[in-house]
Amino acid sequence: MDFQVVVLAGGNSKSLTPLVSKDVPKPLLPVANHPVLYYVLHQLEESNLKNLIVVVEGEDAGLLVGAWISGTFVDRLHVEIAAVPEDIGTAGALRAISHYLTAKDILAVSGDLVSDVSPGAVAATHRRHDAVVTATLCSVPISGSSELGSSGGKDKTKKPGRYNIIGLDPRKQFLVHIATEVEKDTRLQKHLLHAVGQMEIRSDLMDAHMYAFKRSVLQEVLDRKDTFQSLKQDVVPYLVQSQLKSQAVLSGIPQAEEDGNKKVSFPNNQVMVSQILANASTPSFHELYSMDPDGFAQTRKTHKCCAYIASSSSYCVRLNSIQAFMDINRDVTGEADHLLSDNVIGPSPKLGTKTTVGPHCMLGEGSEMGDKCQVKRSVIGRHCRIGSHVKVVNSVVMNHVTIGDGCIIQGSVICSNVQLQERVVLKDCQVGAGFVVTAGSEYKGESLARKEK
Amino acid sequence: MDARRMSRAVPRVRQVGFFTPNTPAQQPQPQSAAPSSESPPLSDSPASNSLSPVMIPPPRHLSDNLGGRTAAVPVPGRENSGELPTVGSYNPSESVLWLDSPPRSRIGDVELSEGAESSLGWYRRSDSAKFASSLPSGGFNLSTAKHPESVAAVEAKNPLPEQSEAQKEQASSSKPLKAKTTKAERRALQESQRAAKAASRAQANKSGTPGGASSSKPMKQPPQKKDGPPVASSIAASERIGVDWSVEKERKKDLPPPRKQFDDESRGGRAKRRSVLNQPEARNRVELFRHLPPHKNGTQLPYLGSKFFELHEKHPAVYKVGLQYLAGDLSGGNARCIAMLQAFQEAIRDYSTPPEKTLTRDLTSKIGGFVSFLIECRPLSMSMGNAIRFLKSRIARLPLTLSESEAKTTLCSDIDRFINEKIVLADKVILRHAATKIRDGDVLLTYGSSCVVEMILLYAHELGKQFRVVVVDSHPMLEGQKLLRRLLVKGLSCTYTQLNAISYVMHKVTRVFLGASSIFSNGTVYSTVGTASVAMVAHAFRVPVLVCCEAYKFHERVQLDSICFNELGDPDAISKVPGRVDVNYLDNLTDKQKENLELLNLKYDATPSDYISVIVTDYGMIPPTSVPVIVRGYRKEYLLI
Repeated sequence: MDFQVVVLAGGNSKSLTPLVSKDVPKPLLPVANHPVLYYVLHQLEESNLKNLIVVVEGEDAGLLVGAWISGTFVDRLHVEIAAVPEDIGTAGALRAISHYLTAKDILAVSGDLVSDVSPGAVAATHRRHDAVVTATLCSVPISGSSELGSSGGKDKTKKPGRYNIIGLDPRKQFLVHIATEVEKDTRLQKHLLHAVGQMEIRSDLMDAHMYAFKRSVLQEVLDRKDTFQSLKQDVVPYLVQSQLKSQAVLSGIPQAEEDGNKKVSFPNNQVMVSQILANASTPSFHELYSMDPDGFAQTRKTHKCCAYIASSSSYCVRLNSIQAFMDINRDVTGEADHLLSDNVIGPSPKLGTKTTVGPHCMLGEGSEMGDKCQVKRSVIGRHCRIGSHVKVVNSVVMNHVTIGDGCIIQGSVICSNVQLQERVVLKDCQVGAGFVVTAGSEYKGESLARKEK
Repeated sequence: MDARRMSRAVPRVRQVGFFTPNTPAQQPQPQSAAPSSESPPLSDSPASNSLSPVMIPPPRHLSDNLGGRTAAVPVPGRENSGELPTVGSYNPSESVLWLDSPPRSRIGDVELSEGAESSLGWYRRSDSAKFASSLPSGGFNLSTAKHPESVAAVEAKNPLPEQSEAQKEQASSSKPLKAKTTKAERRALQESQRAAKAASRAQANKSGTPGGASSSKPMKQPPQKKDGPPVASSIAASERIGVDWSVEKERKKDLPPPRKQFDDESRGGRAKRRSVLNQPEARNRVELFRHLPPHKNGTQLPYLGSKFFELHEKHPAVYKVGLQYLAGDLSGGNARCIAMLQAFQEAIRDYSTPPEKTLTRDLTSKIGGFVSFLIECRPLSMSMGNAIRFLKSRIARLPLTLSESEAKTTLCSDIDRFINEKIVLADKVILRHAATKIRDGDVLLTYGSSCVVEMILLYAHELGKQFRVVVVDSHPMLEGQKLLRRLLVKGLSCTYTQLNAISYVMHKVTRVFLGASSIFSNGTVYSTVGTASVAMVAHAFRVPVLVCCEAYKFHERVQLDSICFNELGDPDAISKVPGRVDVNYLDNLTDKQKENLELLNLKYDATPSDYISVIVTDYGMIPPTSVPVIVRGYRKEYLLI
């Protein structure tokens, strides 16, 4: 279908600091015992997209991710791993691999997207409108705000007052305005509003970071605008804003070039054909705007920015904060369990007597639990050893974790190879990989990580 | 046409599908052949099924007249269909017209067996054919088989055209001569058929399912039959038997399935399996139009979209065009045809012959796959059907010596030439012709949004003629507004009105310009729904009606009504008024109340040729009766280029 897929897997993420580290880059962060990248690749594989480019920030991370992909999808996907320098942003990453891109359209997917939105539908919308960019929008997960109370203290100060403002045309097909992370106010363009006539402003939609780009335009924008760092914050808003005045920058768009010399008698054949086609189709505001006030010739250049709005029933969350990480873990084991193809409970967990595992839980293979444990709404990784009288609620425990007797863990994330000694009480904590929590300590809302050597 | 063919065609036509009980002409069938060979296939053929609901036994002279009128029709079809690569060895149009009554003129044994065989052949053909819309000739069969009753309806309403008078005389004069020969024989046959029918009816009553194979018509039928004398029409008899034959199959199901354009179960199943889209269920659809494929509305769009990457064999360009059809982004015969051809052109450019296959055959099947995909998105227009036929014939006629790249460039330039000559150039010629008919001070009326009419208006305006335009429009498409906008931008003075006010504006109008989706051999204009009303009102007001249509849209099919072949639009579109929240009277109905609601949104209608003054085409301005000549000449021409 002449589409190239680029998965922007990222590398180290600051917002997930204690969870991700050098050994566990963000793409490999386990969500319900699968690396987060697995969800994207699985989704793409289901859509029969087998040739992918995965862009990872940092050489080491690239190696790790590459090893994992080749181990997991060995003969199912054909993946090229491209490692790019760190901190160049999503746009920078695309710029770096620009010479690999050859297809007509590019589908850029963020590697931290956990969703069941079909990439095909986005691509189909893109093709149907012959758009320059198509952004996938999905409704903001409700749980994000409702669970705010239990989230880490850091998030609390950051969250409120930030909105994604998205303006749509009345038919909800085109993007008219997009502004992310708006603090107080945003500027609308008058001429755009004038052309559209009516605009629907939504703040309940979220940019899912799955974009379809027209390659020629994307490359041109990336080339011209060196300062653009992020697709979401720079490139897409730029394209949306300039959609009615495609400048020389976008001259690469194959548009019906028409000469001004229209004679009174007959326009030439090509013009006539394109005019028949244009007249037959439902004109979007772009076409209406691009027309001369008095004629048919398109004098102003425009391009279309489409929006694909995922249905409210589909699941779509980005893993970009610890809170999101918790939510995704809970949802994947719970309501959105169709995202996982394998079963939830591993083959051989050893449970002690009177140990209860509630619903929406996941136990990895080879984990052992002592007597009288309680596990509720939690994910426990592979090969964990949990002593007796341990309570795990609303938490994520990754692989190879040792938990001593009598620990109480609530709303926390415990990374791999952590050792919790006896009677540790953790509430809303994040424990970095390899950390050792001494016996009897109590923490609340803290982020514990090993000091870098 | 020569006299011999005429005299042969006349008796055939006038007997098809009528239940004229006392016509002696019904019976000349060999006793052995009739029940065994014809009856079973008839029962599941769409022709026999759809006959019944609109059964209007016509008066004798009308049917004679009809015979005379339609006698001209089969000839071009018959001659040309033989040349078609897609059509089998049997001539479909011929065999349809034979259907159940072999020619009376020569009732020798040879002739009779030929008649039986040809009708068999037609059924065999229809079995092997895909759905009707995929093969233009297949669709042709269906509709031709159904005409007569609607002809009768049309004829009964209309004043008789003068031109048919002579033929009528001819037909009636030739009748007694034929009837003489085997009157006794036919009487015997009639008796035997009566007996057979009575027996079958008894059987059907016993089996307890008066409905049977076809959804509800047979239920309506019996009372109708019982009123009259015990009729022994061969069709009815065969239908009875057919009912029995399929009763076993259908008895288990509670609800009879809706009639489709493909009635054969296995064929329908095959089509469903092959189809990319979900078939929407056939609920709340008007009974009379249930044979038409249901509208695939926008809800199919996400489904098709989610399979975007799975349909490898569909070329992206074709896919895009299909999506645009489905979403309604692209409409209009010319535009759809051009878009399709350009997509095919792109697909051909990217095509490479797989190993161990020849380009001619593989490309043909590939194009066929594209076409069936496009049909699923929206039924083809006539223009597209003709264009596809052209393309396929070009592929078939490629010299074997050509290399692959040469063949591809040849095909691409062929497509270009088709677009340029048959559409663009044709439009220009039509402009010139039509502009001569516009005089200063004229008030021109047009309906909907036809691209040719628009060009004519603009051209005449550029020539400096002074005229006014009345744009008539109708819900739910409101295409006229688009046209209106473009005209106003160009500085024409316009009046805009809705279709229901047409009688008030018509008396000021001096010319009516209409576009057409297709024109059939009998001069019937197939166009956007509402066109017929406009033409009829204009006719009543004695305003000349000019239909502007490129010759590539002409079709050899004969169609007399808009029932048997049509397209259904989105039923929700007519129940909702966009932008008006205050008129949503239908929204609050409960599901139970909605059960009794049937929405009908037809896309096309057929305008009888009587209401059309002249057809402006690229061959000049012609009367509707001359369409077959152009169809014939045109067919030869484009097969030869």
